Amino acid sequence: MLDTIPRMARVKAILQENEIVKTFVLDITVGAEPGQFVNVWIPRVDEKPFSVAYDDGHELHLAIAAVGDFSRKMHDLKVGDKVGIRGPFGSKFKVAKRMAFLGGGYGAAPLYFFAKSAKDSQIDFIVGARSKNYLLYTDRISKLENVTLHIATDDGSVGSKGYNTEVLKTVLASGGIDCVYTVGPEIMMYKAAMMAKEAGIDAQISMERYMKCGFGVCGNCCVDGSGVPTCVAGPVMDLAEVLKIEDFGKYHRNNLGKKINF
Amino acid sequence: MADLSVEFCGVKFKNPIVLASGILGVTGDSMAQVVRNGAGGVTTKSLWPHEHLGHANPTIISTQNWMLNAVGIPDGGPEKAAEEIARYRKAVSAPLIANIVGGVMDDYEAIARAVVLMNPDIIEINISCPNVEDELGKPMACSISKSAEVTRRVRSIVGQIPLIVKLSPNVENIVSIAKSVMDAGADGVTAINTVGPGMAIDIDSAQPILANKSGGLSGPAIKPLAVKYVYDIYKNLKCPIVGTGGVLTGRDAIEMMMAGATLVGVGSAVWYRGQDVFGKIVAEMDEWCDANGVKKIQDLIGKVHA
Repeated sequence: MLDTIPRMARVKAILQENEIVKTFVLDITVGAEPGQFVNVWIPRVDEKPFSVAYDDGHELHLAIAAVGDFSRKMHDLKVGDKVGIRGPFGSKFKVAKRMAFLGGGYGAAPLYFFAKSAKDSQIDFIVGARSKNYLLYTDRISKLENVTLHIATDDGSVGSKGYNTEVLKTVLASGGIDCVYTVGPEIMMYKAAMMAKEAGIDAQISMERYMKCGFGVCGNCCVDGSGVPTCVAGPVMDLAEVLKIEDFGKYHRNNLGKKINF
Repeated sequence: MADLSVEFCGVKFKNPIVLASGILGVTGDSMAQVVRNGAGGVTTKSLWPHEHLGHANPTIISTQNWMLNAVGIPDGGPEKAAEEIARYRKAVSAPLIANIVGGVMDDYEAIARAVVLMNPDIIEINISCPNVEDELGKPMACSISKSAEVTRRVRSIVGQIPLIVKLSPNVENIVSIAKSVMDAGADGVTAINTVGPGMAIDIDSAQPILANKSGGLSGPAIKPLAVKYVYDIYKNLKCPIVGTGGVLTGRDAIEMMMAGATLVGVGSAVWYRGQDVFGKIVAEMDEWCDANGVKKIQDLIGKVHA
């Protein structure tokens, strides 16, 4: 990468995906590959990292849930507004033949990007949400030919009732899966990683820690155990690497580096 | 294979490359990772006597020639620091330099008292971060009397622990500041902190890119300045120096040592060459020494003055 200077991009379209998530379509490409992230800058406000939901060499898609101060500011943006983008940062998903995807929260979006690019693989794609109105990208995912979509909602309003990890357990039990891929809340990813470990198969986990610079300098996103910065050693890490992280499934750190339990 | 070990203020380092303060260094395990990647020692991020918020993002930007940062010295306070330093000690045995900072004189005394209990090998005083100018007050790093006073006060608290002061290049005469802190009881100096502050503006939004608007300049662009300041300080004072500023390669590190540095700080280079840059630099120094018949790297310190 030649520099880490943000470039201004115009919002071309905004798609309301569910009650809390909007997809922002930007008129820029950063050549991102599935699993990577970009830093999104709103001048005079802040800058935060977001997983790439799609980058086809022409436009960049970001699926953003309004859950904090910055993401709510993102949701106030209108078509034609500009944001700064820098990246892509971090590691990518590595493809396997038969893959099981487990996405919770916004996590279905980056996994959809990966599914779309992995045309030669067979994918069981499990999307979970608390209810029907919080499901993400299921319309897009269901159109992919190499994908079997499974839906789980906490309240049973659509798909199977209960945690999406229960669906993963069933998928793994039926056999044949080479690798589990998971993006979303860490407790969910922790369960998925343990299931993969138990089944004796590999997993790729998209680790989320408080990132500032995004390129391995500031140190805020370093994990305990291996000590590596998540922004360059991850976000996508394989099972062996994740099992070396002492805080995985237990705690993360805030902007001062102080521990916060999950 | 040359002997790359050096002794700095009585502390033995297996090689002269140390992590500079402010890069990585938020956690004990991340500093241990730096040692596993080849560094001879590490410097913590600046430790405050209390929690201290940093700036909003963007905090760091970089090009092939320079890096600009205004992270704002965020810190979780002494309790967190003690826990992280203990973690570091459990993981590796390389020396640790605890960098301390404050907003006012009393802060420096308070953090000095706290940090002594963490058993650092060396204490480094940060009097010179340019991106928290309002709080630290520009005068401290620039004033001979205040630099000396903070050194004297910390010295009286830390006893026999080696004490060094990290100097700002953004002063009229760095040698006189170095002399004042040495006279006030410092055992050595670190030169240089970031330069500036500088600014980069995004012309498409007509806004400075850093949330703090301006930030400290580091990276390859500042290396010639750092080499000259280290050269000047060594020439006049012959004191132990941590030379830091724009070092990316083994040749850069040797250049810094020839100017007068005993230890060489490496920071921004983790972006330019990756997390394993420390080991790469050490290997390059070793190769250069072998190719040039240098048996002990310690012999290169201040060589240009001979």
